[in-house]
Amino acid sequence: MISPRQIHSYWQALPLTLTLLGFLVFPICVILVVSFWDYNEYSLIPDFILENYEFLLTSKVTLKAYIQTFKYAFLTWFFTFLIGFTVAYFLAFHVRSQRMQTILFLLCTVPFFTSNIIRMISWIPLLGRNGLVNSALQTSGVIEQPLDWLLYSDFAIILAYVHLYTMFMVVPIFNSMMRIDRNLVEAAVDAGAAPWQILKDIIVPLSKSGIMVGSIFVFTLVMGDFITVKIMGGGIKANVATLIYNEISLLQYPAAAAGAIILLITVLMMLMILFRLVDVRKEL
Amino acid sequence: MDKRPASFYFLGLFFVLFTVFLYGPNITIAILSFQGESGGLTFPMRGVSLHWFGQLFERQAVGDFSSALLRSFALGLMVMVCTVTFSLLAGLAFRKRFVGSSTVFYLTLTSLILPSILVSLGIGLMFDRFGFTPNWFSSGFGSHLTWTLPFGLLIMFAVFNRFNPSYEMASADLGATTLQTFRFILLPLLAPSLTGIGLFGFTLSYDEFARTLMTSGSLNTLPLELFAMTTNVTSPVLYALGTVTTLVSLCVILLTLVLVKQLRKARTR
Repeated sequence: MISPRQIHSYWQALPLTLTLLGFLVFPICVILVVSFWDYNEYSLIPDFILENYEFLLTSKVTLKAYIQTFKYAFLTWFFTFLIGFTVAYFLAFHVRSQRMQTILFLLCTVPFFTSNIIRMISWIPLLGRNGLVNSALQTSGVIEQPLDWLLYSDFAIILAYVHLYTMFMVVPIFNSMMRIDRNLVEAAVDAGAAPWQILKDIIVPLSKSGIMVGSIFVFTLVMGDFITVKIMGGGIKANVATLIYNEISLLQYPAAAAGAIILLITVLMMLMILFRLVDVRKEL
Repeated sequence: MDKRPASFYFLGLFFVLFTVFLYGPNITIAILSFQGESGGLTFPMRGVSLHWFGQLFERQAVGDFSSALLRSFALGLMVMVCTVTFSLLAGLAFRKRFVGSSTVFYLTLTSLILPSILVSLGIGLMFDRFGFTPNWFSSGFGSHLTWTLPFGLLIMFAVFNRFNPSYEMASADLGATTLQTFRFILLPLLAPSLTGIGLFGFTLSYDEFARTLMTSGSLNTLPLELFAMTTNVTSPVLYALGTVTTLVSLCVILLTLVLVKQLRKARTR
């Protein structure tokens, strides 16, 4: 029996559900179908061929792109975690007044609301050949020639990722830290625990769920990103998403679709592992 | 007040450095957008002028900036309204368990973490295959919703987790209809959070690039315009555009904060 209250739930959830079905589930099905199609320079040809996948899975370029993607994802995760955890810890445990906490927290979130592209190009006057960093180092006599690896390099890409995505780590970790019962920390202090013991045995385990949620965000964002690699890599670096982007630009949709499906499977597999470790719904 | 441990100062310094890291680059390009007419993309400043801002509004020089701004603004407003409405409704729905609720929940999470390029490609292909013309207000609008709705729903979850249902019960006990309870109890209590969701929806859509890539049709939104500029414009006009769009985002944030404060005040009165 469906109760009248439940009927309300159904129509209330309907707009969200329909939007997601129409603009998420169905488009993914279209990608899946098209990934088996054939194509020439002018058009898509409905068919059922495996060549798109065959080409993709046997190509060295794909393999290299995947290695590159995982490298970016891991390094970004590592740095965003270190920075994010420290910042969240400071905000949650060292800032005492709630008002100050809110202000500092908002201060950190504001840049999140600015376009990623702007935040990326704003590194150019700093890192470029004639940029601030190079001229400062040259004036102070540390280096003689400008450093070329600052911009359009793996370094620039990781730096931009950390700049863009650290807040995705700070927010969930801060959230779970705020829910830790302060009495636990007090009790540990009274029982004579050293600060690092408190960190290791109480705070890290109890903020695990926040760390996981942040990691999920950072991983998936980096895995699917093509624009950071395109802008900060200067067009010479490639990860999986830039391969897909390039195929889209060349109108090779079936090839792009096959690449997208493989990327989707990779991301979902990683998420399944992460979801095993934490129940996201309980954390909300 | 007892004495702060040394670690406080270390972490405090770390936090300050983090803030500099977050804002430093943006401030740099904000300064550089006032570069004099003969100045280039980097320091030193060759004079101070508004030349590059003026350039933005000259059609032939950098493309169609003002129409792109208008389109992004209109799209942001549309997305905002739908995000607030849909998330509020779905948030209400999720207070009861219903058949399929976990499916819808996981679908929403998937929407949040799926690579944007997949959504963009999918919607673009779908419109193409069914013979619809992609447009910023149809396919672009849908693709933006797949990004803003999950944020809206998650905020709604957080709100209802801390929501005290006794107000509603009291209202029902006093004989109010469901609609009256919604209008006079629930809506005023939720207003600050809904404003927050609106802010999220607007700015996320206003700045969204990847999901717009294949879904905007022949007319650019502002982020697409910016991206096009990064590949072919090498003058501070790029920074001027960056500064203008950042200012719009900041205004929206400030406006929302003021509004939320007002709503909170009205509630306590």
